[in-house]
Amino acid sequence: MQPITHFQSRTVVLPTKDIDTDQIIPARFLTTTTREGLGQALFHDLRFAADGSMIDDFVLNTPEADGCEILVAGKNLGCGSSREHAPWALLDYGFRAVISTEIADIFRNNSLKNGLIPIVVDAATHEFLLRNPGIKLDIDVRTATLTLPDGGIVQFPIDGFARYCLVEGIDQLGYLRQQMDEILKFEETRSWTP
Amino acid sequence: MPSGTTLFEKVWSDHVVVPETAETPAVLYIDLHLIHEVTTPQAFNLLRAQGLKARRPDLTLATMDHSTPTTPVSSFRDLAVVSAGAADQIRRMEENCKEFGIDLLGFDSEFRGIVHVIGPELGATQPGKTIVCGDSHTSTHGAFGALAFGIGTTEVGHVLATQCLLQRKPKTLAIDVSGTLPPGVVSKDLILAIIGEIGVDGGTGHVIEYRGSGIAALDMEARMTVCNMSIEAGARAGMIAPDDKTIAYLDGRPRSPKGADWDAAVSRWQHLKSDPEAQFDRTMAIDADELQPMITFGTNPGMVVGINDPVPDNSADPSFRKALDYMQVSTGKPLTDTRVDIVFVGSCTNSRLSDLQQAADVLRGRKIAKGVRMLVVPGSQQIKKDAEKLGLDRIFAAAGAEWRESGCSMCLGMNGDTVGNGQLSVSTSNRNFEGRQGIGARTVLASPMTAAASALSGRVADPRPYLR
Repeated sequence: MQPITHFQSRTVVLPTKDIDTDQIIPARFLTTTTREGLGQALFHDLRFAADGSMIDDFVLNTPEADGCEILVAGKNLGCGSSREHAPWALLDYGFRAVISTEIADIFRNNSLKNGLIPIVVDAATHEFLLRNPGIKLDIDVRTATLTLPDGGIVQFPIDGFARYCLVEGIDQLGYLRQQMDEILKFEETRSWTP
Repeated sequence: MPSGTTLFEKVWSDHVVVPETAETPAVLYIDLHLIHEVTTPQAFNLLRAQGLKARRPDLTLATMDHSTPTTPVSSFRDLAVVSAGAADQIRRMEENCKEFGIDLLGFDSEFRGIVHVIGPELGATQPGKTIVCGDSHTSTHGAFGALAFGIGTTEVGHVLATQCLLQRKPKTLAIDVSGTLPPGVVSKDLILAIIGEIGVDGGTGHVIEYRGSGIAALDMEARMTVCNMSIEAGARAGMIAPDDKTIAYLDGRPRSPKGADWDAAVSRWQHLKSDPEAQFDRTMAIDADELQPMITFGTNPGMVVGINDPVPDNSADPSFRKALDYMQVSTGKPLTDTRVDIVFVGSCTNSRLSDLQQAADVLRGRKIAKGVRMLVVPGSQQIKKDAEKLGLDRIFAAAGAEWRESGCSMCLGMNGDTVGNGQLSVSTSNRNFEGRQGIGARTVLASPMTAAASALSGRVADPRPYLR
C-alpha cells in the first residue's frame, strides 16, 4: 500500500443521515470478482434515474463536485452491509476521506484497510462543514488533524495502529503474518479445539 | 476481589492470541470462517498474488447464497439467466474452493443454503466459538453464545491466510427483556422494537448481550432472528448465553461434537454466561408483555412503529422527510391502509422452519389478495425439504404464493428476485434501505405473520385477527 501522510482537497457535502452501504453501492453491482472500476457504481441510484438518465441536481453530478476528494456526510455514515465494495467505490471515484459525526464500525474498518480516511468530528465542526460545502481542508494523517480554511485545527480520533500502517504504507496482513509463532503456540496450547 | 466478566469477555479472552496494547490491536483467533461467493473473490485473488495458502481450510465453510437463483438449477446454463456476472462469481467460487481445499456446499449439495442458516443447521455454529464471515448478518450466530461478527473482504483474506484478525475490544451493551411475547407477536417484532428504541446507530462500537425471561422463552430460531438484526442497531455482534435449548438444538447435528467430545463441550458451554456481578458499559430494558406487531415505515430499520399506530412526525429532520417521500408515506396515520404489491418471506432473518410455519398458519385455507405477488424462499435446502415434508409448500401454493429454492433472494435482489420500481413490499428481511430490494422498491419490514396477513389483505395488515 502507498503511504498516506497528508493531502488537501475541497469538500462535497451529502448531509443525509444514516447513508447505508447499499446507497453507496447497490447490491446488483456486487456481482464482480475484482475490486477495480467500482467508481461508476458509486451512489448509482442517487446519481442516475431508473431510466439511466443523470439526476442533475444530485450533488456529485454538479460541477462544484469536480475534483473534490473529501465527502462530508450526515451522522452514521456507512451503516448496514459489510461490503468492502463501498470504500472501493469511493476510492475509485476519487474520494480520499469521509467525514461525519459517526461512522459505522465495519465501514470504518474497511475504509482504514484501503486508505480511505474515516474522520469523525464533533457536532460543531460537522455543522460548519455541512454549511460550507466546497471549502478546502488540509488533512494530515500523521498528526490526525484537519485544518480548516481559517487555520483552525481539529484533532480527529484514529486508531494508532491503523494510522501507523497508513502513514508507513504497511500491509496489515504482513504484520499479522509476523505473529505466526504466537498463532501456532495458541493453537497448540489452547484448552479445546474447534 | 475480581469483578465478574460478561459472556462476551469470556469468549473474547479465550481467543486472544496476542493481547492488545495502546499501539497495537489484539490478535484474535477465529474458530469458524464462513465464506460465500460475493465477498471472497478479491480475497482469494490477494492470496494468489502473495503466494499464500488458506491456512485452516478445516475451519472454513463455504456456500453460495447471495447471487444464486431461487429457481431450480440443473446446469450452469441456468445461471446465466440471472446475469453473466452472477454466473461468473459462482463459477469462481467453485474454482477458488477447489484450489484452496475448502469444503463448498454448492449446487450439488443438499446442505446448501443461506450462510447464516446453514452454520447453525449443520452444528458448525457452537457456543464459545469466534465466527466471522464477509457478511454483516454474521451476528446471527451469536444466538448460540458465539462471538460472531461481519468483516470486510480484506479481513476475509486475513482470516484465510492466518486464521486470525486484528481487533480492538468492543464495548458491551446488555439488553434485558422482561415478560413474554403476547400471541401474534414474535421475535422479529421484539428486535424491531429494540432497534426503534436505541436507533440504527445505538449499538455502534458495542457487542449486545440479550438476556432476561423474554429471551429465555424464545426458541433457537427466534433467538437467531434477534441476534441477526443486531447489526441493524449498528452493533458489532449480538449474543445470547447458551442454555438447555441451545444444547438440545445442537445435539446430533452433522458438525456438532460427538461422544466424549460432546460431553466435554457441553460442560464447557455451561460456563458461558455473564457473571451476576459483571458490569456492562451500557444497559437497556424492554418489556415483552407490552409489545405488539411492529413494522417499519421509513428507509432504515430504526424507523419503526406498532402495526396500528400512526406514523410519527419528525419532519423537522430533512433525512426523515426524505425517507417518507421515498416511501410515499404520510405522518399521523397507521400504514394499515397502504396497498401491498409484493410479500417476501425469507432471508437470514426469517427463513427458518418456524418462520415458514408461522406464515403458513396464517395462510392455510386462504388466498392471497388479487394483484399481490408472494414469494416464499426457504433459508436452506434442508429447510425446503422439511417444509415440504410438513406440506407447507402446498399451503403456500394453494394460497397463491411462489415456493422457491433456498437463497438470499429478494432481501437484496442480487439474483434477479427484485421488487419493481415504486412497488411496496412487506418483507421479513432485515433492511428497508432505499433500493435494497430493487431500484425504487419501498420496503416494509415485518414478521412472517404480518407479512402473510398483508398478503391476504392486500394492505399492510395486523396478523392477530388471522390467528387461529
